[in-house]
Amino acid sequence: MADLRVNFAGVEFENPIVTASGTYGFGREYGEYLDLNDIGGICVKGLTLAPRQGNKNPRIVETAAGMLNSVGLQNPGVDAFIETELPWLRQFRTKVIANVCGNTVEDYVQMTEKLVAAGVDILEINISCPNVKEGGLAFGVSCDGAESVTKAVKRVSGSIPVMVKLSPNVTDIVSIAKTARDAGADALSLINTLLGMRINYETMRPMLANNMGGLSGPAVLPVAIRMVYQVAANVDLPILGMGGVSTGMDVAEMMIAGADLVALGTACFVDPLAPVTAKYELDTYLDRKKISRVTDLTGRVELNK
Amino acid sequence: MQRFCEIITSRELAPDIFAITIEAGALGELAKPGQFLHIKCGDGVLLRRPISICDCRDGYLKLVFRVVGPGTQWLAEQKRGALDVLGPLGTGFSVEGRHILLVGGGIGVPPLLYAARAATGLTTAILGFSTADQVILTEQFRDVCKGVILTTDDGTAGEHCFATSPLEQKLQSGNYDAILACGPNPMLKAVAELADRYNVPCQVSMEERMACGVGACLGCTVTMTDGRNLRACHEGPVFNAKEVQWNG
Repeated sequence: MADLRVNFAGVEFENPIVTASGTYGFGREYGEYLDLNDIGGICVKGLTLAPRQGNKNPRIVETAAGMLNSVGLQNPGVDAFIETELPWLRQFRTKVIANVCGNTVEDYVQMTEKLVAAGVDILEINISCPNVKEGGLAFGVSCDGAESVTKAVKRVSGSIPVMVKLSPNVTDIVSIAKTARDAGADALSLINTLLGMRINYETMRPMLANNMGGLSGPAVLPVAIRMVYQVAANVDLPILGMGGVSTGMDVAEMMIAGADLVALGTACFVDPLAPVTAKYELDTYLDRKKISRVTDLTGRVELNK
Repeated sequence: MQRFCEIITSRELAPDIFAITIEAGALGELAKPGQFLHIKCGDGVLLRRPISICDCRDGYLKLVFRVVGPGTQWLAEQKRGALDVLGPLGTGFSVEGRHILLVGGGIGVPPLLYAARAATGLTTAILGFSTADQVILTEQFRDVCKGVILTTDDGTAGEHCFATSPLEQKLQSGNYDAILACGPNPMLKAVAELADRYNVPCQVSMEERMACGVGACLGCTVTMTDGRNLRACHEGPVFNAKEVQWNG
């Protein structure tokens, strides 16, 4: 039994397994399937200042080893989250990571103020949602945008760590990561979904009502591993790695690439117990490798010469 | 809950339509008509497939589904072994009423059998199919319903019309407390309009593409008249027909 604890930006996680935003609701949805205390942290469904009803249906399409989604940030709004979901989640030891998405810098600031007052463990600043026109991605694909949001949030975030969620839909993710670091980010999470599209060849129309959507699932794991490796190698900030992670071995791989925490996302749709199974698999792996602390895995990759 | 359910029987009822009976265990005590099971269909497809419960009794669950892709194809090929099942999921039918009309279209027919069996009062079933070789389950409906009306789009079996024609006749002549409907969206929309015209409460079971099945991913939403997007897997798949936005 290895030591699975991880100190991430000053927050003590019991283990490095996290569930990715948008894939685990507010935890409640999976509460009957497992003990949420077994999960290190939960990134809650992306929150916006006002409630949002999201995009039109169909919102999902299965693809080879993955899926496209264009949910479009349907959520009850930050106030409803604070009032009803957060107190429920607080009965568990699992860390609460609030995912925040705005139309404007001022939106991010207002939500941060509310969440800081309510008390969450980490703020995940979503500047990378590909599914809403205004929502975040405009900030996430330019260094200027990432900088302005991060700086503004940091001014009001108090002692709560600010983690910036990066988009893979950029030419150079390392430059955005560096910008977020220089603007004061305490941590980074990556990757959000990869923008994709499928077309029905019979009707000649896109399969998603919103035409395009975010690709997730095992298909994106190699891209996520590569980007986490590149960012970790160049930016000295704690990293929550995600993208196509399904098993404990995937978690180990993501940590070896440079992640400190690892989130499962689409895997939870397939198997509600995936986070717990991954935890046991990771533990077994560490024992077999005679690694006593999970933190010793982070960044262990040695490139081939 | 999540359970591995042993397959008891599996057979083809009609071209591309399969019936599979599984051992229910604790799922059987929880199941309600209109709910569904979310089934892992092998390693070749990622997401589970939602299959409505056709019947539940004596410790067994019966599922009837149409093969529409690699997931359901895999399911149709399973003759023994255990299925990885989540369920029972969703909000099903309310089956109270002295006399209920059941309206099913094609692969929407199976879940109504369970509703007929669970109904507290009388039921009359109107079962519509495209053509004679697609007709399924009529004997089972005759066992539990007061009346069964069969229709086909091409007239090769039963009455030559859509299911909505006998529905309107019934609504004109009889006294019914509720309509329960499951089938393709155009049929459901037509049923909802008739229910509205004759002022009979109507519940419709909607089919949407699903990922998680437990209310987390928000992939399977149905839009209501007040603009809310509700989850087919959680608030549904059965909705009050009056609340559904039919002209989305």
